[in-house]
Amino acid sequence: MTGSGAPLEDNRLHGDPGIERTEIDHAPSAPTVASAMQRERAMTIFEKGAPGRRAFVAPELDVPVTGDLLPDRLRRTEPPRLPELSEPEIVRHYVRLSKRNFDLDSGFYPLGSCTMKHNPRLHERVAALPGHARLHPFQRPQRAQGALELMWNLERSLAEIAGLPHVSLQPSAGSHGELAGVLLTRAYHEDRGERRHKVLTPDTAHGTNPATVTMAGYEVVKVGTNPDGGVDVDDLRAKADADVACLMLTNPNTLGIFDANIEQIAAIVHQVGATLYYDGANLNAVMGVTRPGDMGFDIVHFNLHKTFTQPHGGGGPGSGPIAVSDRIEPYLPRPVIVRGEDGTFDLDEGSGSRAKSIGRLRGFQGNYGCFVRSYAYIRSLGAEGLKDASEVAVLNANYLLARLSRAGVAEYLPLAFGKLCMHEFVLSGAPMKKELGIRTLDLAKRLLDHGFHPPTIYFPLLVDEAVLIEPTETETRETLDAFADAVAEILREAADDPELARSAPYTTPVRRLDEAAAAKRPVIRQPL
Amino acid sequence: MAEASYPEDLLYHPEHDWTKIADGVATFGITWYAQDALGEVVFFDPPEVGSSVTAGQSYAEVESVKAVSDVFAPLSGEIVEVNTALGDTPEAINDDPYGAGWMVKVSLSEESEQESLLDRAAYVASLT
Repeated sequence: MTGSGAPLEDNRLHGDPGIERTEIDHAPSAPTVASAMQRERAMTIFEKGAPGRRAFVAPELDVPVTGDLLPDRLRRTEPPRLPELSEPEIVRHYVRLSKRNFDLDSGFYPLGSCTMKHNPRLHERVAALPGHARLHPFQRPQRAQGALELMWNLERSLAEIAGLPHVSLQPSAGSHGELAGVLLTRAYHEDRGERRHKVLTPDTAHGTNPATVTMAGYEVVKVGTNPDGGVDVDDLRAKADADVACLMLTNPNTLGIFDANIEQIAAIVHQVGATLYYDGANLNAVMGVTRPGDMGFDIVHFNLHKTFTQPHGGGGPGSGPIAVSDRIEPYLPRPVIVRGEDGTFDLDEGSGSRAKSIGRLRGFQGNYGCFVRSYAYIRSLGAEGLKDASEVAVLNANYLLARLSRAGVAEYLPLAFGKLCMHEFVLSGAPMKKELGIRTLDLAKRLLDHGFHPPTIYFPLLVDEAVLIEPTETETRETLDAFADAVAEILREAADDPELARSAPYTTPVRRLDEAAAAKRPVIRQPL
Repeated sequence: MAEASYPEDLLYHPEHDWTKIADGVATFGITWYAQDALGEVVFFDPPEVGSSVTAGQSYAEVESVKAVSDVFAPLSGEIVEVNTALGDTPEAINDDPYGAGWMVKVSLSEESEQESLLDRAAYVASLT
């Protein structure tokens, strides 16, 4: 693209403020005419524009041209084939794309285990300060003291929340934090001269857990779930032996259930010399209420983009710092942020002082913008505020669960495990499929016509036709009521005519997608 | 195949697999219930001809739009043929689970194992 970026923050450029999806009274039935957006063929920016069109014209060069700055072998022989567009075309292109998407800023987004909470605008203001936003990654530590201090303070805050004393901010996603944790486990065992080849994961685990284990070269061994939705302790005891390197656990788990046997589980794992790993995906349920370190965990990863407010769901950037116990500390990734006696900060790259380190996990120091927003969140809420956030997240989930337990819904979408939940809960759509002839997928698609993003569906795998709902603490009672009413309405409507849900959605820019074709024949190249 | 069907001439494994035995060679596949639960199948990862399978153990993977799932062997033996057509048309597992959607043919090592499998009536009863 030629020229400067478009001023997207200009409110006049956004869509018609009169259209608010949450104000839809009744979801429309099958329309006979497709909307303009449905008829439009979505084009990439490379297919738009015309040769010679410009959004920005650079002033004439007022310094001497020198020909020897770049060696010939590094110079292009012909210019790159970039799109050529005017500024209004660019602005319209991206605003149009943003309207084709469903986002948290336009509606309820109860995607389970993803913690789609509101991202306070204050954080954006702080992250946009030039000292943060324009900081160059190659800036020497002596000239980036403020940034290092913020990171050092964030590490201390996360250590306090985890109940574990040492933190590395390097991992750039939850899965990256998991990989770091399993590599730390390997380094710990190898340093003790032990070779262990198995890692245990419960069958409720996030799919990234077994993927991480496999990537780190371990064998995945699944542990069963007891009737209450927690780890089957007898099965764990049978499978925990001297070959086990680690148990990866999410607590509360993806059923939204806090495993009350956690101390017993930790004892079994530690007895065989393995580490206990905390997947922080569901930390939003327990911030400031209980600490993974106090439960006996050795390694924790955080999802700053979930629990600590980052815009996410669009693919990043994320941030997955890890906190570890004293016995794991020698293996942490380097460099480590250190504070000298004079109060100045530095990056300890030293291979001597960190000889056992698993090394670098990424270039530079991590996704700094995420650090700024999460630090702003932690400091603006404070210890009490974080605890309140978790308590309201649990309250909201239980309120919505109670609303969905009323007659007309509960007989088709019963709670899969337990009676109460933590910050999220799992319903089973199996009776709905059997009695009404619509699947969980159809319910999810029909919810889009009501202006709601669907919850997570078909996960966790152990629940048939699963619906995993996480409302988060930032939603109002009115929104939760409207969502529950929409689910009840869809079920009522399906009793009369299941075809309505089976062919939904009707109001979105694209209708039902051919997911099988998308998986089998993905279009991943754009001819230029 | 839109309607549930469970042919009378097959034997069934509780993990939703079927087998049909002829002259010591068994054909394996997954049942209507299994393909319906999986949703649209987008990929079949076949085992190699010549590898051995054990009753009750996974021998292949199917990937649907929802998840990747193991496929369990109803009987033990050695794989003598793999349905390579599923590489291009994995949807046959949904469209025709007992015909074009067959997965492997196995030369049985323990013919007596079939006594532990379910007939149509017992399998259908297990689904409710």
